[in-house]
Formats: sequence, structure tokens, C-alpha cells
Amino acid sequence: MSEPLKFTYSVDGDNFTSAGQASVQVKKVLRRLGLDPETIRRVSIAMYEGEINMVIHAGGGEAEVLIHEDCVEIILRDKGPGIADIEQAMQEGFSTAPDNIRSLGFGAGMGLPNMKRYTDDMQIESQVGVGTTITMRVNL
Amino acid sequence: MKISEIRDLLGAAVLCGDEMDRDILSACGSDMMSDVLAYVKNQAVLLTGLVNPQVIRTAVMMDMICIIFVRSKQPSAQMIEFAEENGLTVLTTPLRMYEACGKLYAAGLKGNGEVNE
Repeated sequence: MSEPLKFTYSVDGDNFTSAGQASVQVKKVLRRLGLDPETIRRVSIAMYEGEINMVIHAGGGEAEVLIHEDCVEIILRDKGPGIADIEQAMQEGFSTAPDNIRSLGFGAGMGLPNMKRYTDDMQIESQVGVGTTITMRVNL
Repeated sequence: MKISEIRDLLGAAVLCGDEMDRDILSACGSDMMSDVLAYVKNQAVLLTGLVNPQVIRTAVMMDMICIIFVRSKQPSAQMIEFAEENGLTVLTTPLRMYEACGKLYAAGLKGNGEVNE
């Protein structure tokens, strides 16, 4: 087994305007590697929603993308407030985002459900007051 | 439907992009980017009244090919540049959202849900 290709990005939590830049970079990298367009789309949408979440809720964080032989793995780590009730957070339409975020086109309670929808596996580890780590896999 | 037909139907101005012959297969009208991210498929056009860089990023993530800003909204030069880098065509129309969507639908451009079924 060869080592997976690994890319890491820092997600700036202070600036909503720049949220999503890491996902744009990842999309470019995956294109260069010649992955099929549907896989690229799924990875970039899931990561984009995750990045937006980190900016809205957690003051930013770290994104890591690993390209394995059989899947693309996306790991998003933040030191935000954590998710108290993951089941509730996974429901479409449930949101704790502030109103100003809705006026920017997000915060409709679709982020986590979209991330699950576009990936083959998603695990959420979260501790209130400590932070959240989300690991997603898209099979190749 | 070709982008040139959309431009003419909506009386829209072209802000960037020169591929007026490209075919659009479906359309989506929304100001909520998460809804766009949930449902839209390939070769689609996005109609929106929202103007911020996330609109362009959303369209790029979804592999959309054209964005139409309604009510004569003007994206920033930076947004247009980013759209151009990613091969997106950007239009702006004086029509309101409902009217713009209605004109395209009446001319035969289907919604995304209908195209996917």
C-alpha cells in the first residue's frame, strides 16, 4: 500500500467572504489528478458545506484531504462549541446559525445533511466546549 | 436552451463569458445556496438575487455553467474575475426572480427536479 496523498488547509474563521477557498483548491487538485467529475463534485460540495459550517459556528479550523487508493477522505477539525445533539443537527432544516448568515445564503439547516448526502460515509465526533471532528469518505 | 436564447428572453446583459452557444439543460432559482447545493445537477443555470462570493463558489462546486443575477444586481469585479477564471458565464437581468424564472420555464427550460426524474 502506498502512502495516501495528503493536503492540509487552514480555514479562516473571521471572514465569511473567503469561506470555501480550501474547497476550491481541493477541486483544482482533484481535477489535476484526473478523478472523475462526479467524484470531484461530491468531494468538493461536502467539503464546501463543512468549511462553511466551520466558519459560521466554530471560528474556523483545519481541513485535511487524503487521497487513498480506494477513497478520498476529508477530515475537518475545529475547536468550536461542539454539537450537543448530533441527531437533531442532522435533521434537514434544523439550524442554529444566526440570522445574518441566512441573509448570506446559508444557515438553512442543510449543511450536515448535504455532507451526508454526497459522501459514502460520515462520522461526527463532538464534545461540547471542546470541538468537533468530522470525517467523510467518498469511495473511488 | 442556449445561453444566447436565455440572454435574449431575459433582456440580460453579459458580464462575463463568451460561450453563448453552450447548452443549458436545467435551471434553479434560489437565494439559499444550501438548497442549490442539495439539488442541482450538471449543466444548469442559477438564477439568484443574492450577491456575494459564495454564489460564484456554489456554482463552481456544482459545475454549473451560468449565473443570472435578477433585479439588475451587479456582482463585484472580484466576483466576475473569479467566475471568469472558472469558465462561468454571468448575466444580469432587470427582471425580478419570478418573472425571469417564468419566462425561461414558459420557453421550455425545465426545473432541475423534472430533468432528473
